[in-house]
Amino acid sequence: MRPVLRRIWGLMYRHLALYRRSWPRLLELAYWPILQMCIWGFTASFLASRAGSRLGGGFAIATGTLLGGVLLWEVALRSQMGVAVSFLEELWSRNLGHVFVSPLRPWELVAALIGMSVVRMVMGVAPAIALAWVLYAYNLFTLGPILVVFFANLMVMGWWVALGVVSLILRHGAGAESLAWSVLFGLTPFSAVFYPVSVLPAALRPVALALPSAHVFEGMRAILYQGVVRWDHLAWAFALNAVWSLAAIGVFARQFHAARVRGALLNVGE
Amino acid sequence: MDVITVKSLTKRYGRALAVDRIDFSVPAGATVGLLGGNGAGKTTTLAMLLGLLIPTAGSVHVLGHDIARDRFAALARMNFSSPYVALPHRLKVAENLRVYGHLYDVPHTERRIRELADQLDLHDLLDRPAGELSAGQKTRVALAKSLINRPELLLMDEPTASLDPDSGDLVRTWLERYRAESGCTILLASHNMAEVERLCSFVLMMRQGRIVDRGSPAELLDRYGRDDLEEVFLDIARDRRQREPAKVDQ
Repeated sequence: MRPVLRRIWGLMYRHLALYRRSWPRLLELAYWPILQMCIWGFTASFLASRAGSRLGGGFAIATGTLLGGVLLWEVALRSQMGVAVSFLEELWSRNLGHVFVSPLRPWELVAALIGMSVVRMVMGVAPAIALAWVLYAYNLFTLGPILVVFFANLMVMGWWVALGVVSLILRHGAGAESLAWSVLFGLTPFSAVFYPVSVLPAALRPVALALPSAHVFEGMRAILYQGVVRWDHLAWAFALNAVWSLAAIGVFARQFHAARVRGALLNVGE
Repeated sequence: MDVITVKSLTKRYGRALAVDRIDFSVPAGATVGLLGGNGAGKTTTLAMLLGLLIPTAGSVHVLGHDIARDRFAALARMNFSSPYVALPHRLKVAENLRVYGHLYDVPHTERRIRELADQLDLHDLLDRPAGELSAGQKTRVALAKSLINRPELLLMDEPTASLDPDSGDLVRTWLERYRAESGCTILLASHNMAEVERLCSFVLMMRQGRIVDRGSPAELLDRYGRDDLEEVFLDIARDRRQREPAKVDQ
């Protein structure tokens, strides 16, 4: 294995070894996606029983919008937490000093955190997707191959948000750690997960349209309601992800450098 | 050949001067002690040698590499041990060593772990979580981590702090043997004067961010007219006069 890949694997192995013997951590991965799926799934079932046959096929589409939105948004949330919480694990274990004096480059650290984010996302979201199929006969994969593009965009969005959170932790220490759980939730109203951007007040629409997630969910609804792939929305999602990712990388690089100037890398947990 | 060359190294935090224009070099194979009271600038100096901290001014060359430009090339050939930086507690000792085997791209990592387990008597600890070990056992594991890549330079921050005399002696004996066998260069920051007297061939005395004296333990004892380094340390910490001016051309 090449040294670069070995270093990235080394840090991933550290986290995988941790999960192997920590069932609370494993449980936590799938807990929230399953809980969300249950809440929204039963809500959809209740509405279906009340609406009866009046909505006809429209109800199935509405249910698909709701459950598809829940599952896809979990992809972004779990991806973001995968990076941020993995970084926090290093901080909590007071291991960062050893990691930063090893030959592991900062970008390799980020690559390892992203690798762990993919593992955590799959372990968290896959049970929820299976549960949606078992309990509500909802199959996310009926969206077709375009689902891969949706997943990719939402994962990348989770990563750049997480990189911003990691930058804040480098800047402000463990005091900023609660952002790892809260920051992307704060973007939920603007991400148009369950409703179109047009529902938002005019002043908030530019905020929503500046987020890749809003374009992904507009794209999802276009498939569900009109049966068409809105490539324009997907192009916007990719372009915005590229811009935000570059910005997040810049902020991370700057904060990492600033932490080295301040001497914060040895005591970033304090 | 010098393994470490430090020139006019300065670190300032706002108005506070943590390290003030220090110069020193460490020749290959030497064990050099960095001594000083709390806040003297020892840990700050070590952090700048490791590239964890960017100096305000001055330069650091380690193993021929300029740390400001090429620190990763040097980091692959050196290692660091400190009781104040932990290994992940829930990971088993073997897993921890495996992680660092990967990070340092150590060939035949499993074989290297077995070698270190033989040398540091770690076999019974390999399958135990690092967090369940005693202070002495943790120190031996931290030592194994710091030697996983067969470093040419070992930086140690108070390696025997919080150890009982027996465990401390075992670590010191092992360090002496390792240095003799491997030719590794060691820079040791310590408060333990007996340890420094025993291990170090040369000592740098720091106070308020400056190197205020330097020499072999014997030279320092002679210069201050004292019987042990602890008294010399107190003389320097309390700014008492030495018997004759220090030589500063190391």
